[in-house]
Amino acid sequence: MKQAAIAQLLDEPACPHNKGSKSGCARPVPGATAGGCTFDGAQIALLPITDVAHIVHGPIGCAGVSWDNRGAGTTGAGLYRVGMTTDLTEQDIIMGRGEKRLFHAIKQAIDTYSPAAVFVYATCVSALIGDDLSAACKAAEARWGVPVVPVDAAGFYGTKNLGNRIAGETMLRHVIGTREPDPIPSGIVPEGVTVHDVALVGEFNIAGEFWNVAPLFDELGLRIVGKISGDARFREVQAMHRSRCNMMVCSKSLLNVARKLKDRYGTPWFEGSFYGVRDTSQAFRDFARVLGDADLIARTEAMIAREEAKVDAELEPYRERLRGRKALLYTGGVKSWSVVSALQDLGIEVVATGVRKSTEEDKARIRELMGENAVMLENGNARRMIDICKTENADVMIAGGRNMYTALKARIPFLHINQEREYAYAGYAGMVELARRLVLTIENPIWPAMRDPAPWEED
Amino acid sequence: MVEILKRTKALSVRPLKSSPTIGAALAFLGMDRAIPMLHGAQGCTAFAKVVLIQHFSDPIPMQTTAIDHTSAVMGADENVVEGLARVCVDAEPALIGLPTTGLTETEGADIQRTVREFRARYPQHADVAVVPVSTPDYVGSMESGFAAATKAMIDVLVPESDCSGRRANTVNLLAGPSLTPGDIEELRDLIAGFGLHAIVLPDLSGSLDGHLAPCDHSLVTTGGTRLEDVRAMGEAAATLVIGSALYGAAELLATKTGVPEYRFAHAMGLRGTDAIVAALSEISGRPVPSQVRRHRARLQDAMMDSHFLLGTAPVGISGDPEMLMAFGDLLASVGAELAVVVASDFSPVLRTLPADRVKIGDLEDFEAMAAVSRPAVLIGNSHLVSTAEELDIPLLRAGFPLSDILGGQQRVWVGYRGGCQTLFDLSNLVLARHHGPAPYRSVFSSPDLPGDSHGQAIETRGRPH
Repeated sequence: MKQAAIAQLLDEPACPHNKGSKSGCARPVPGATAGGCTFDGAQIALLPITDVAHIVHGPIGCAGVSWDNRGAGTTGAGLYRVGMTTDLTEQDIIMGRGEKRLFHAIKQAIDTYSPAAVFVYATCVSALIGDDLSAACKAAEARWGVPVVPVDAAGFYGTKNLGNRIAGETMLRHVIGTREPDPIPSGIVPEGVTVHDVALVGEFNIAGEFWNVAPLFDELGLRIVGKISGDARFREVQAMHRSRCNMMVCSKSLLNVARKLKDRYGTPWFEGSFYGVRDTSQAFRDFARVLGDADLIARTEAMIAREEAKVDAELEPYRERLRGRKALLYTGGVKSWSVVSALQDLGIEVVATGVRKSTEEDKARIRELMGENAVMLENGNARRMIDICKTENADVMIAGGRNMYTALKARIPFLHINQEREYAYAGYAGMVELARRLVLTIENPIWPAMRDPAPWEED
Repeated sequence: MVEILKRTKALSVRPLKSSPTIGAALAFLGMDRAIPMLHGAQGCTAFAKVVLIQHFSDPIPMQTTAIDHTSAVMGADENVVEGLARVCVDAEPALIGLPTTGLTETEGADIQRTVREFRARYPQHADVAVVPVSTPDYVGSMESGFAAATKAMIDVLVPESDCSGRRANTVNLLAGPSLTPGDIEELRDLIAGFGLHAIVLPDLSGSLDGHLAPCDHSLVTTGGTRLEDVRAMGEAAATLVIGSALYGAAELLATKTGVPEYRFAHAMGLRGTDAIVAALSEISGRPVPSQVRRHRARLQDAMMDSHFLLGTAPVGISGDPEMLMAFGDLLASVGAELAVVVASDFSPVLRTLPADRVKIGDLEDFEAMAAVSRPAVLIGNSHLVSTAEELDIPLLRAGFPLSDILGGQQRVWVGYRGGCQTLFDLSNLVLARHHGPAPYRSVFSSPDLPGDSHGQAIETRGRPH
């Protein structure tokens, strides 16, 4: 990918990070960098498309043990879980046989698995030796009649965020708008209900959590015509342009998709989240508001009233046990405040929250929720997080998997909230699960045994 | 003669192989107060780290030289120098391992020279050991990367000397890539039984055994081989090498120090363990301890008990060559048949496997072969779970990565005791699926009276003509 093209992608007018000196995609520091690369980001964004053959064009390091490693749920096709790589050898690289191997690899994937499409991911090595991914994909598509999409997101291009963005850009360029939505099957829509086509961007169905809210979409007559990318099929991504309202879920890095869908097709969009009761309700209200259907608005309010009453009753026993507990929260972007409000709903005091990927707007909302003196963690420095937990007497650390052992080795109860998590926290039902998991770790009898000295030791 | 079936497909599907870079990182993680810094893009480290965390259920110290688009093209030497200096300050390690990746090798990185440049520019960090090793992803596997890093540590850290045997009660143990932290501890105990102290290189049993350290946070490993012990390896009475992958490292150690070496392809099963025990008795001049004899007798008994189930049982196994050798010998020792063998990568030791053929390939190959020959039990890593479910054949999880179970790192496969447990586990998996003939009730027999039946409807299979 050309330098200019990367620079253009980094310049996202819809992203508040764009203003000011701090770019969301700053240069990584050797010896002090955590997190995935651009290739990783592209995979995170696209792998959940379940009926596609995802081929990693590179040596074994890029795909070797890391395939089928994220818990994005599927209701059907499981091809995305089948790791595929050209596993380049030294000879391929020295003799320039990479493209040829790729071409045959695409054929093999099509012959063996009949995928809806093939996505080919560039890696550092294939980019460096100059394999022409686009040409190979174009030739393969022409030859075998299956869409073959080049994802030019080599690791060294930069951060995971950039990879997300390239993934979005790739979908815009090669996939979205290449097919019309399927007709709605007759007899499933109740009398008098208008079905609205909507789309979600940045929802990955981690641990199947979207299934907590999917039935509510059906109930309201909101058809998810396409999605990037949880439990999505290729044909659904193709038809995303027909959405009448797009929701940008918890993510700044795919803003380019929502913005360009608006530029190109005039589709209005809003940002929202399915974490916490308030946010979940707000998301449905926003759909109804944007679509401007009075009947939908009324039905949405009725659904919200019903669900909130139900979840309120279910949360009551947990609230009693969690009231007055203190938590340190470290998570990215929108979640830095959306989860704060969710925790506050449970009666938990949030003593500090991470703001590494948050915008000024996010920070303003944090101050609104946590007060002017809210402790904001600019980075995931483990030492500092442990120290704050100790000085503030935090009962639990809530963060991504990367920090799990930071907490556990410091004998601090932990709740895993980011993308590799194993439990579904989205929607109303997810909130109950979150409360249950919080109680489970905070009240667990192991903690005194972790902290007390052995009987033969003096403390 | 074992027939080796080479890779023939353009696309590797459901890969079995892990990268040599991860193998090298793992070897460095066996050192005390160590941190590997992979010379590559930040994703090289992120992917390796996630997989190792899942396998060991432990934090994994690991950094990156963070190659970006500029340094990928213009040269990344500065990233190495800057990164080393940064890690020295931030983490205060005793050792930094510096494996390269496919990216930087393609670029043409000269990692040795760059480390010399770091030494010249940062004399204040002279006491931090830095071990560079060339491990491009596109050559070899986890096993070869592990071996290369171990050899590099001997190269950099062990001084040339001529005082073998100065410490008469010390032996070196070069612990190969297929050994778990639990295995290493078992071998150390075995060695201690002969009154010998073992310097283990690399010692994952100290760093990645899953322990709660007294300190609440560490940016480096909290256990493993200490630098001063590696430097003293030349004074040991003997070197035991477990795993053929480390023979090259052992040779270098012997050349540098003159310490006599004893090579063992693996430490599994009766014969494998016997060879080690006999050597230890010879080195120490002591008889085999009664407890070890007892463990041996138990393994003999376990072999008898399990041979009814495992004798002639077809087994399907996938993994790195050294692991295949170890399991292959154990299985062959009770008469089991290696029906399906898929290796992640070629190694000459595969030619000595007790099998007719070995496929160099992936788990798609494995599944296709196992679907035909229907082994009674499968052995392999966590990626084999879906195959086992698909084929409805029980699976014994072994190898790397083991990401869907807890405690894989503490599992003991080696020695008499490890062999015993492995045979029991394999037998139990086979036993649980044991099926006799389908029930048959003669058409002439009178029907059960009401109340006789236990609710089992028996289908009639035949009728007289």
